Amino acid sequence: MTGTVWGAWARRVTMAPGAVYALIVLSIVFALFTAQFLTLHNLTNIGMQGSVLVIVSLGMTLIILTEGIDLSLGSVLGLAGVILALAVKQQVALPLAILAAIGVGGIFGTLNGVLISRIGLPPFVVTLGSFGMAQGLALVLTEGSSVPGLGPAVQYFNDGRILGIPVPIIMTAIAFLVVYIILYHTKFGTYVFALGGNQEALALAGVRARLYKTGVYVLGGSLAGVGALVMTARMNAAHPTVGVGLEFDAIASVLLGGTSFERGRGWLGGAIIGALAISVLRNGLNLIGLSTSWQVSLVGMVIILAIVMDALRGV
Amino acid sequence: MSRVWLSSLSRLATIIVLLVVLFLVSPAFLSVQNLVNIVRQASLLFLLASGLTIVILTAGIDLSIGSVLALSASVAANFIQQGWIWGGSLLGLMIGAACGFLNGLMVALVGLPPFIATYGMLWIAAGFAQVFMKGEIISGFPSGFRFLGAGHAAGVPVPILVMVLVLVACLLALRRTNFGRYVYVIGANREAARLSGINIRGNLLLVYSLSGLFSAFAGLVYVSRINAVESTIGETLLLPALAAVCIGGTSLFGGEGGIAGTLIGALIMTLVTNGMNLLNVSPYWQSFVMGAIVVLSVAVDQLGSAKLEGD
Repeated sequence: MTGTVWGAWARRVTMAPGAVYALIVLSIVFALFTAQFLTLHNLTNIGMQGSVLVIVSLGMTLIILTEGIDLSLGSVLGLAGVILALAVKQQVALPLAILAAIGVGGIFGTLNGVLISRIGLPPFVVTLGSFGMAQGLALVLTEGSSVPGLGPAVQYFNDGRILGIPVPIIMTAIAFLVVYIILYHTKFGTYVFALGGNQEALALAGVRARLYKTGVYVLGGSLAGVGALVMTARMNAAHPTVGVGLEFDAIASVLLGGTSFERGRGWLGGAIIGALAISVLRNGLNLIGLSTSWQVSLVGMVIILAIVMDALRGV
Repeated sequence: MSRVWLSSLSRLATIIVLLVVLFLVSPAFLSVQNLVNIVRQASLLFLLASGLTIVILTAGIDLSIGSVLALSASVAANFIQQGWIWGGSLLGLMIGAACGFLNGLMVALVGLPPFIATYGMLWIAAGFAQVFMKGEIISGFPSGFRFLGAGHAAGVPVPILVMVLVLVACLLALRRTNFGRYVYVIGANREAARLSGINIRGNLLLVYSLSGLFSAFAGLVYVSRINAVESTIGETLLLPALAAVCIGGTSLFGGEGGIAGTLIGALIMTLVTNGMNLLNVSPYWQSFVMGAIVVLSVAVDQLGSAKLEGD
């Protein structure tokens, strides 16, 4: 009956009522209560500010699908930004600097993935440890201060437009497409869903489960490196602790979007809807004039509510 | 059994090696004054890590201890500064216990993975602490309150006495009461605990509430010693506390380890920090070192047990 493409899509969308409804309700509320919300300028702003979050959430989705978690993605993003900025300051060619930033993310992802899949350590403790290591390295490299003034070539990744569309949004779209193809049209993607179900069974079936699990963390770390490029371009500077807490927003986005911690249930589109919902929430709270302190608590409660609802729905 | 002995020996050896290295680097290190200082610093870390140890013994985790400490200390400090020493302290302890209780509800009743429930609490508590403090610093507390963190009784710093009291209380609770046995059973084999009729939910609620209470208590001692509080004081405390528990030999998979190991872990972590200061290592390295120690100690523990099981 639901053999059509539309049927599959309909099912995917109904898996994520939380974020969709949250997004619609929040948009209506903010549109009614603030004059600026529904302007093209502000909506573009939300898209651009949300782009880093979407990019990180894409990787987080795959990690959570394998019943894992990565608490280091925020500080890895901070470190990758620092590497990018320092390389640019040392007159390294920009493509190489960008590669270095993404590479740092990949290295931390490899470290996390190997410790989790080979040695069997709990993901939260490994990635909490690498959170500390990445943040420490970023602080050591910059001696705790910002690296500003990177120039127009870097800023292009925030200010630039192709056919009138801001570059960060194009980059986000490309990242989504790449991860989408990996997740839904490769063997790797199939195993990602299966890993969340039962790693043992997968290994017994002769699948190199550990390798694929490591790959998920490598992808997550590399995407954090891509996010670092956009973030650094926006600020025209790198700051060692800029990413702290971003992993929390990413986890919230993924869960709000309808991906679950259990048994590999979820979908990639949820990351975008969830990240947009959170970006709209933060943007609207800013327009209303609520302090960032309240935002931290509110978003914290939103994530807890989302997870509790998810857990109750699963019962 | 041999593994327990081996790991205890390796921990003692770590302390001795650290002591020797630090003495060689700076002979002033082995002065009575400096050693007392180190134990006093370790006592704060121990207080925070002791509640965490009990949580981890049940195969859980509490990532919110640092920000619960900050929230409860911020609120308590506001009242204490106005002279309400007991009322403020009590309020702080209650806030800590309440945060822990909420964690317990999410873990025991809703069935959330502990790391995600307490990670959410981390941000909620941190946010409320910021809202409450509005970015300000409160400093200068009545001398009656300062006694807790900076005072001496019979020539011994009060935090060290507090540490000994908490250590004895935890040892008795874990080894001589039903609660203690349940904690270990729940951590080692939840199914067996359920089948033998242990009230898992009730005990988990108590364990997470205790962790919040201990965090708040550690916050009071901390604020009393440094005589100031701001909303961010808890941010850098989670990793050292977790490192102290891991190095102390408590398994993250539950049911194995104990509070005495955490004391040794807290001493080792304090020696490491102290040593880095003596060696003039940039403080920016600390977060890297703490992270690396957490990962290494957990990995070594896991590899070691896998090897012994294989033999």
